[in-house]
Amino acid sequence: MEHIELFFKSIFIDNMVFATFLGMCSYLAVSKKVSTAVGLGAAVIFVLAVTVPVNWLLDQYLLQPGALKWLGAEYADYDLSFLSFIMFIATIATMVQLVEIIVEKFAPALYNSLGIFLPLIAVNCAILGGSLFMQSREIPTLGLSFVYGIGSGIGWFLAILAIAAIREKIRYSSVPPALRGLGITFITTGLMAIGFMSFGGMLTGGDDASKEKEAPKAEVKVKVEEKKEEVKKEAEELANNTKEITE
Amino acid sequence: MGLLSKKDAALIKDPLADNNPITIQVLGICSALAITAELKAAIVMSISVLFVLGVGNVVISLMRNIIPSKIRIIVQLVVVAALVIIVDQVLKAFAYELSKTLSVFVGLIITNCIIMGRFEAFALGNGPWRSFLDGIGNAAGYGLILVLVGFFRELLGSGTLLGFKVLGDSIEKTGLYALGYENNGFMLLSPMALIVVGIIIWVQRSKNKALIED
Repeated sequence: MEHIELFFKSIFIDNMVFATFLGMCSYLAVSKKVSTAVGLGAAVIFVLAVTVPVNWLLDQYLLQPGALKWLGAEYADYDLSFLSFIMFIATIATMVQLVEIIVEKFAPALYNSLGIFLPLIAVNCAILGGSLFMQSREIPTLGLSFVYGIGSGIGWFLAILAIAAIREKIRYSSVPPALRGLGITFITTGLMAIGFMSFGGMLTGGDDASKEKEAPKAEVKVKVEEKKEEVKKEAEELANNTKEITE
Repeated sequence: MGLLSKKDAALIKDPLADNNPITIQVLGICSALAITAELKAAIVMSISVLFVLGVGNVVISLMRNIIPSKIRIIVQLVVVAALVIIVDQVLKAFAYELSKTLSVFVGLIITNCIIMGRFEAFALGNGPWRSFLDGIGNAAGYGLILVLVGFFRELLGSGTLLGFKVLGDSIEKTGLYALGYENNGFMLLSPMALIVVGIIIWVQRSKNKALIED
């Protein structure tokens, strides 16, 4: 149950693009065509699913305060957490290389479709962000960290797929000249993010105990605002849906 | 300009407007959006990036002739990561509360594309002094947008600037609030950051038609 909850939470509620703006650079740069967007999105899912659990292991057995206990009692006082940035980024760069080599050897077809995107991914902030959020949210087990990696990857994939589909259609509409290209993409993403905010109550609904846990204060504030935006949101979602269906 | 030749001065001036890293080069968007709900966080983030990009550009430029081009990405990542660790430790020591607000986004300076982008595009092909100016200029252009977005989001969202209540007290109904003004809490939520940046791009491109995309 825990796993399923985290899975959907990381796809919809804590969506990488819409809630935390991670991986925006490649999201904006590679979303002009659906086919390339799918390639990059798949590569992101793949790499996140590998790097988040690996970095979880590193964090648990090397970096956290007291993580070196398994070496013996005299190492229990060490706190290497200041090294996490450099360790995580090194792991990511290595894993991306490794994944590239393995995929090339065993799945040439997949390599041909992901190939050019893999090296790009080492510097995609969604990947490092996944690991850093895994660390700061203190995800408790290896299994959960794997689920978190995959879930965030799928969330990112969904986001880039949707914006690529919308951008392909937007080319045929008359956007004000100064907004063309980047400007309208930003505003569309903002509207999509408003749409995604409606998923916010998805996991806390129904169960009173969990409702209380989830910081009720913040929610009340959000709810007032949400009502104002509800009409707007619904229209936007409808638009999104129809756009996706037409694709 | 005295100290700077015309060409050098352009390195600093261009990124502030017509070659802005965020609105024109589309680099470093992630952090620009996520941490701009408060002006203070935006300013600290700009200073951090200014430090990392200024120093990093000089380091990479000094090493540009000895880095084998095949492993240059890794070398660049290590240089940035080392600088970011310094920033992170300094923030944790002197501004702990703020470092909590910025949370993972300090770490994400490492993969901020603006940094790798400037290393690749400029520092690898130019001397240390010019690279330093380029770094400072681009970081300033980045900071400018951050501060602009932060300014509007904090002012309209919570009616404060750097924590000072510039529009009066919303609970005691003084200042503007006495006239029935309400804070727009929606400005503090993430989607509005995107829309504010979109509007800044709109304004900039309406003023300078040469920047309009086809």
